[in-house]
Amino acid sequence: MSTLIKNGRVIDPASGTDHVADVLVAGGQIAQVGTGIAAPQGAEIFDATGLVVAPGFIDMHVHLREPGFEHAETIESGSRAAAAGGFTSVCCMPNTKPVNDSATVTSYIVERARRLAVVNVFPIGAITKGSAGEELAAIGNMKAAGAVAISDDGMPVMNARVMRRAMEFARSYDLPVIQHCEDLNLSAGGDMHEGVKSVRWGLRGIPAASEDVMVARDLLLAELTGARYHVAHISTRRSVAMVGEARSKAITVTCEATPHHFTLADENMEPYDSNYKMKPPLRSGCDRGAVVDGIAAGTVTAIATDHAPHAGSEKMQEFERCPFGIIGLETALALALEELVQPGRISLARMIELFTTGPESVMRLGRGRLAPGAPGDVTVFSTDLEWAYDVNLSFSRSRNSPFDGRKFRGGPVATMVNGEFVWRR
Amino acid sequence: MNAGLLGIEELDRAEIEAILARAKEFQPLQSQQVKKLDTLRGKMIVNLFYEASTRTRTSFEIAAKRLSADAVSITASGSSVTKGESLVDTLNTLAAMRPDAIVMRHSASGAPHFLSRHLPTPIINAGDGTHEHPTQALLDARTILDRRATLEGLRVAIIGDIAHSRVARSNVHLLSKFGAEIVLCGPASLLPVELEQLAPGVHLTTDITEAIRDCDVIMMLRVQLERQHEAAFPASEYFRFYGLRLEHLDLAKPECIVMHPGPINRGRELSSEVADFQRSVILNQVENGIAVRMAVLEKVIG
Repeated sequence: MSTLIKNGRVIDPASGTDHVADVLVAGGQIAQVGTGIAAPQGAEIFDATGLVVAPGFIDMHVHLREPGFEHAETIESGSRAAAAGGFTSVCCMPNTKPVNDSATVTSYIVERARRLAVVNVFPIGAITKGSAGEELAAIGNMKAAGAVAISDDGMPVMNARVMRRAMEFARSYDLPVIQHCEDLNLSAGGDMHEGVKSVRWGLRGIPAASEDVMVARDLLLAELTGARYHVAHISTRRSVAMVGEARSKAITVTCEATPHHFTLADENMEPYDSNYKMKPPLRSGCDRGAVVDGIAAGTVTAIATDHAPHAGSEKMQEFERCPFGIIGLETALALALEELVQPGRISLARMIELFTTGPESVMRLGRGRLAPGAPGDVTVFSTDLEWAYDVNLSFSRSRNSPFDGRKFRGGPVATMVNGEFVWRR
Repeated sequence: MNAGLLGIEELDRAEIEAILARAKEFQPLQSQQVKKLDTLRGKMIVNLFYEASTRTRTSFEIAAKRLSADAVSITASGSSVTKGESLVDTLNTLAAMRPDAIVMRHSASGAPHFLSRHLPTPIINAGDGTHEHPTQALLDARTILDRRATLEGLRVAIIGDIAHSRVARSNVHLLSKFGAEIVLCGPASLLPVELEQLAPGVHLTTDITEAIRDCDVIMMLRVQLERQHEAAFPASEYFRFYGLRLEHLDLAKPECIVMHPGPINRGRELSSEVADFQRSVILNQVENGIAVRMAVLEKVIG
């Protein structure tokens, strides 16, 4: 079975390609990229005229909620949402129930994904047992079972000594360490960014310093240990500055930004609407601007959604009782186009890097390029398609998005995983 | 948006003036033999209190009864809340019984605002978390205006745990709309700098003598130990630095009045002598609470 994607604007940052061409996918792999490729007998032809053809997008930070929270999302439903967002690979965080802190859970996720997921799913293992921050998890075993990174996302490792040891182990296993940077003492009880809005609304604040303190500590530990260190969902001006400075000193640090953090600030929140409640919180306009600047300057090397489904009943509560997080897989590409590319902050090719080679350089999945022999993962999208996001039509099991009803220009059109189209608009 | 009363911030000056004027008309009723009017006959009000309250709940009940409305009061401990029902489900159940308004107090900031998006019934906010307590600010304004011609140009000091005070926020919004000068005073850890941007005319100080100097009104706040999630200040020295004592009053204008939303803690935020001081209007505030809440109920469901 082969597919010829004809006449699209092929942009492959890994090879520097950006011209109108055809992409032939055969046997689940990229077979050929070039102009005027003749369709093999029986090949499906996909006319990509006027569309962009890119390597399959990688989301290095999602929550698929399985095992344990299947009422909010499953590996299958989350993978379908990923496909509808143009993602061909997702890396899922370990805060499931049980926590993915052992090869058993890692294998379970890998096996469930093999049977039910429509995109590639790569588990991220916990740093510590139960993500409790005390005893290191069986990192080597998890890697052998398929884990591609370690993180205690949502439950940051507060003990600096434990974090140091984790970095040392991760280095010996050549795994990246991903930290959700939040000093839990500084942020305790907070529901939104600490600023004018939180004071006005009488909500407890999560100060920017709670992120900055942790980033600062971890950068020192990364320098000490030589680990590959990655800051998840960076959200503050100072954290962006610190990561930028560390990168200039050749410390092996990378960071990702979420679409909601480069799109929204606390002043955009609807009062007490839990679809605007996430961690890190929507920061000040100044912080949001710094995240966009960091993307433009190359400090931020990946866009990741932090797709965090929560059932309606959990989000239909008093603001302070609602859990943190929003879904984001289906709106990420459109937000990147509207907030970053259309205003001229970054080029289209650079945006594709942030969805492909950027996360690939951290996670090393062997994906994110369109070269012959590479897996047949392809994202086809439009830069001018007009559409509106209706969260009630989402493939996710959850509906917690602040972008419901938003009209977009540009978005995904077709998603191919290992040579098969798994979603088409 | 239903026609309830969620906060002072959303009201304009004319709406506030109308409530205060109507409350003034209700004041004489409090000293009459027969204190009841027919205005809200046949109307039903549910008082839903998720937090302990004596004066506010009683005041709303009396206000409703003086207007001949039927009032039912529910406290969280005796309701389905303890059976794990969600807030929105509880409110939907109550709304299905067709009350004309729900008066609600809740420990979560924004709880009434959240509910108002999902309920057809008007909600009157009787205090939400650390956000707003609109009827308190209205009765405070009524109490000041019983003694002063206008709020404009008055210097009002609000002293205590500002960060956690819904009374302070509502008063700041109200006083600012009328051109008062507002000085917020408390320990730095309870006085976030962002408060200065809450409304025009707000200044901050950590020095009680600076706050009181030349002021027309002193509003003391209760030290809300139940909202202290950590030791934001050493409780043992609070009274020494932020407790109001008689000698402080020499710094204020001679006719300065002392207010407190209650319940008062003698010896913690103000001395016993100040509580009983002749220009302390704490009980007038309580009395005005009924007239103001009558005006609010009439506005919302009349």
